Order: sequence, then C-alpha cells, then structure tokens
Amino acid sequence: MPNIDENKEGIKGMANPTRYGIERFAYLLMRLSGLGLLVYFVVHIYETSMILQGKVGWDEFLEITQTTEGHIILALVIGMSVFHTVNGIRVMLGHGGIGVGKPARPDYPYPAQSQNAKHKISIYSAIVLAAIAMMYGIGVMFGD
Amino acid sequence: MAAESLQISNEESGTIVSSTKTITLRIARSNPKKNTEQKFDEFKIPYQKWTTVLDAILEVKKHLDHSVAVRYSCRQASCGSCGMKINGRPALACFTKITELNSDVVTVEPMNNFPIIRDLVVGFERMFSNHKKIKPYIINEESEINPGTKEFLQTPEDVEKYIQFSNCIKCGLCNSACPTMATDSSFVGPQALAQAYRYVADNRDKGKDERLKIIDDSHGIFRCHFAGSCSQVCPKGVDPAMGIQLLRGYLLGFRD
Repeated sequence: MPNIDENKEGIKGMANPTRYGIERFAYLLMRLSGLGLLVYFVVHIYETSMILQGKVGWDEFLEITQTTEGHIILALVIGMSVFHTVNGIRVMLGHGGIGVGKPARPDYPYPAQSQNAKHKISIYSAIVLAAIAMMYGIGVMFGD
Repeated sequence: MAAESLQISNEESGTIVSSTKTITLRIARSNPKKNTEQKFDEFKIPYQKWTTVLDAILEVKKHLDHSVAVRYSCRQASCGSCGMKINGRPALACFTKITELNSDVVTVEPMNNFPIIRDLVVGFERMFSNHKKIKPYIINEESEINPGTKEFLQTPEDVEKYIQFSNCIKCGLCNSACPTMATDSSFVGPQALAQAYRYVADNRDKGKDERLKIIDDSHGIFRCHFAGSCSQVCPKGVDPAMGIQLLRGYLLGFRD
C-alpha cells in the first residue's frame, strides 16, 4: 500500500536503477560508493588509532586486513574510490553547467541534451576503470 | 471487479474493437477519502497500432467500468493532464502508444510523489505552489509603465537561450521520476527549478538575484544530484536536468 498522502516511492524507488538508463544507475552507484567510503573512512581512522596500542596492537589489527575477507573488502574500497572519483568529476563539471549541452529549440523525439554521449562514455569509463583498478588490487593482494 | 478480466462487447464497441490484438490493461484503483486499499482491476482491451494508453483507459470507461477516475483534456500532449505511471515509468497516457510498450500487459498507476485524489488522478497543489514560488514571470520594473518601453526586442539567439524551457506543460512527470522527490517532501523539484532557469536566462528579466536566493535553500537546487531522470521522462523536450545544472552554474560562479 503506497503512502497515499504523497504516494512517495521512498528509498526503494530512489534506489531502483532499472527504469531510467545508465545515468540513474550511476546515481545509485555514486550513493552506494559514497556510503561505502564513509564507512571505510571511519574504520580506517579506528585502524590507524591502533598505533596507540604499540607495535603488538598495530600488528594484530593489520593481520585482519591480511585475510581473504580483508582483501575482498580492500578490493571493493579500491573500486569504490575509483568510481566515486571519476564519476564525481563528471557530476561536478555537470553541476557547473559544463558538458550538459546548450539550450536550443527541441525537435521530436526530444533527446535530452544533458544525457549526451559524453556523459554516458564518462559513466562507462568510471565503471571500467573501477573494475580494472579492482582487478589490479586483487592481483597485488592475492598475488603473493 | 478486482483481478477480473472483462472484454468489450462487439455491439457496443467503437472503431478499435475490430482489432484482433488485445492487451491486458491493469488499472490501479484507490480512493483515499474512503481509505480503500490500492488494488488493480484488469481489463482485456483490443488495440490498433495507433491506440494510445489514454484511448484504452477511455474504452474501459466507456464500455466496462465508468467509475475509473482519470484526468485528461487535449489528447495531444499539450495540456499535461494525463500524466501517470505506465509500466512503472511516468509518461503521458495520450502520448504513449500501446504498441511502443512491447508488452501484453499494460499497468497504469498514479504518479509517485503526488497525493492521490482517486485512481489515476493526483493532486498538483504542491507542484503549482513551488512553481509560483520561483516567480514564473518576467520581473522588470520598466515594463508596461512608461510609454515606449512596453516592447523588448530580442534576437533569435536571445530566444534560443530559454525557449526550450518555456515548453513546460506542467504535467509533473519530471517530479514523479526525480529520486530526490522520492524521499524529500520539501524539495522544490525539477519542474520549478527548470522554470527558474527559463526566466533567469531571459534577457528581458531582471529577477535573477531574487530567484537565485529563493532556490539557494536547504531544500533547493543543491538537493539535485543530476540523476537526469526528469529529462528522460519529459514529453516536451524541456530537459529540466540541463536547466538545473545551468542554473546552478550561476550560483557556483561558472556563469554571470
């Protein structure tokens, strides 16, 4: 039963990437990678604070990151960082009105200039670069 | 009537009943005034290649269930009355042909992010209120006061800067698709922001600072994250996402 008052889709609708193309998918990935990096940032501060426990405490905590699970998490962090950075540059430039097209009299079928090929290529590039960086990170971490 | 498939009788049908192809039209039914749960009624509707979703709904009203609530007027994507969710995506019912949906089942629901009045009809009060908030008119103290200054000459290039955004028919599809509006009741919305740009970009207007102050609010332009869904559903090529980013360019100092 939807909320009849405003019939909002809520988080579920906001996070549904299936209806509005790659731009909405990038929007969702941007939110998820941002939240993921925020969690990593907090954990990372806690991790580095272990230095206050001396060498033994520091080494014990570092051992956690040397497990398979730790490596997978770090690989995800690498992917999130790269995607968030590359897509973030696209979004920041767009927010300044750069690369969103020039207003003009629209012609049917009215393709949206703000959703132009440059943006689509940037989004795919961000995903591909994130995947490459993750694979490189996995290679380094699991390589030895 | 719920989940019951009905067919139009041949005797009562109009032109589209001669078609042999049929779709199942699922219509969301609810009446908040009577606190009824939302349910879907199903109808078998014959269609031709030119049949629009609005035609199909009107066939239901004409032959099967006249109580279906739907708002429409022009039937040519000019009035912005028949916006609804068609197979999960906001669209104008009069501007969406059954054939282009490539589905044997067409589900129509009221637009999200608007209060439901009944069935497919939603209330536009908040959208119109936000639209009025950004002062959607030319602000220029010299207009219509002093003789000889009533006309403002514009070059075709001047007109090109805003004409796209003046095509807005206030159908509300952009607000329905917006992910920010899905969670933030106070967000001014892509419709109003695109209209703010329309007037800011008009060289006859002197209200730029006034409007930028209105939209530079905690629930204003900076809540837009450039997902672009508004532009993808706009039936008139307004491209609100472009207008919003260009408008934000003024606030961020990228534009004068």
